[in-house]
Amino acid sequence: MPGIPSRHKSIFLLAGVVLLQVLLLALQIKRDSEGRLIRVWTVGAFSPFERAGNHGIGHLRETWRHYFALQNTSRENEQLRRENDELKMQVNQLQSKANEADRLALLLNFHKSHENVPMLGARVIATSAGTASATIMLDRGSKDHIKKNMGVITPEGVVGKIVEVYDNTSEVLLLTDKDSGVGAMLGNSRVQSPVGGAGEPLLVMKYVANDDVVNVGERVVTSGMDKIFPRDLPIGTITDIKPGNPFKSIRIRPSANLERLEEVIVLLTLTPLQMNQETEGAKPSASVATKPGPEAAKPETAKPQTVKSETAKSETAKSPASGPAAKPASAPLAPAPVPASSNAASAVKPE
Amino acid sequence: MNDTFDIRNMESHIEVHKFRGGAIVGATLLALMFQAFVPVYFAKAAMIDLPLLITIYFGLSRRNPSTGLLLGMIIGLLQDSLSGPTVPLGLYGIAKTVIGYLASSIGARLDTEHPAARFALTIIFFGLHQGIVLLTRRILLAQSSVWFTMHLAAAAVVNAIVAVFLFALLDHFRKS
Repeated sequence: MPGIPSRHKSIFLLAGVVLLQVLLLALQIKRDSEGRLIRVWTVGAFSPFERAGNHGIGHLRETWRHYFALQNTSRENEQLRRENDELKMQVNQLQSKANEADRLALLLNFHKSHENVPMLGARVIATSAGTASATIMLDRGSKDHIKKNMGVITPEGVVGKIVEVYDNTSEVLLLTDKDSGVGAMLGNSRVQSPVGGAGEPLLVMKYVANDDVVNVGERVVTSGMDKIFPRDLPIGTITDIKPGNPFKSIRIRPSANLERLEEVIVLLTLTPLQMNQETEGAKPSASVATKPGPEAAKPETAKPQTVKSETAKSETAKSPASGPAAKPASAPLAPAPVPASSNAASAVKPE
Repeated sequence: MNDTFDIRNMESHIEVHKFRGGAIVGATLLALMFQAFVPVYFAKAAMIDLPLLITIYFGLSRRNPSTGLLLGMIIGLLQDSLSGPTVPLGLYGIAKTVIGYLASSIGARLDTEHPAARFALTIIFFGLHQGIVLLTRRILLAQSSVWFTMHLAAAAVVNAIVAVFLFALLDHFRKS
């Protein structure tokens, strides 16, 4: 740079580089697809290493578990421990088989009611590289028929939805991300309101009126109104309720352990999941449309409209989940075919 | 390169360090890999911002503001790319560019070899980094964020402790 003193060169360079990145930011806000190429290259370059790392850690864990961890114990202790371990293992196996049987029974129910919903198991190979977002990377991508906006669950509950798909990998926006949202309702009162992330481990349910009865410990399940997740999948449990103006401030602990995800299930469908009405034994839970009270009686009241306008603000970044979820329940909903604790995910095991 | 010699002449007591071939690239890639991969197994590891620590270390060691800010920009943009589509490219890029510049500018004026100095500088740079990210989010992206949480304070201390050991490890890759 002629004419510029050499000691000022770096300041000009700093200003230029920062300005360029500000422009890059502005471009991305204007157009969603801007910068995708850089992401595709970076993710493409890093994902093979992440896969390899995942594979390697798996082997390392196995090796550690089966060899090194036991090597330094004395022989006698080893024998006693082994006996103890065997007994424990048997108990655990029996326990796990019992749990699995329970889970499979629930899953069978889930599958029966969603026979047309293809699912795919996937392994988590990476997380977000920064704390500004809550995303995970799966080892399945467009080659496995994964598409944007597909729902992701685990046996414990809802995880999030696919936000970016590459050839062999895909990215999931976790429920805990600020931009995340899912159509939800309270397990007991069936009051509907979207649940979203707040950038911290707990979720937030924002649009429950002060006069609605909500209890700490109450389950929160999917409402199905987001057209991504079927009804009655567990989202979490209410841990804190504070009165607010005009809505309560409700915090929810997610059912799925979103900080320790290793395997998940992708719901391979973009069509709204249809509810099966003929599930035997399923208790006819009151839907919002049929429920007497302010929710059902006033579908056009200010509350849902407020929700709608609130979610509309971040239309581009947010899931379609937050859109439909916010709409008043106009369509009559069938009784929930899936038990509230349905562990849908384990129906499909990750390969 | 000339800048490097200028600094040498101006501050004869401050040494400009060079590194073995591939050390900077290798450390950068490893840090990004760590950031994206390890939290899958140890959720708390997400608290450590290794790309930031790498930016600070090479900034302090190379003591060339232009190199520092460009390295910070590259590391930041790569981190943005690996942070999912909700993080726009440039969020960490801008923050790490500024940190790279400041670290190399300070490195050219102060002796930053002592562990206590490194500890203190890392806390300051961590705070600055968070501040820039937050300002970018608030001003450029119109997103709300809290200024201070205990989690952030703990993260600053944890990163500073990690930095002391990491920097000592990276010192071995210097050309003697």
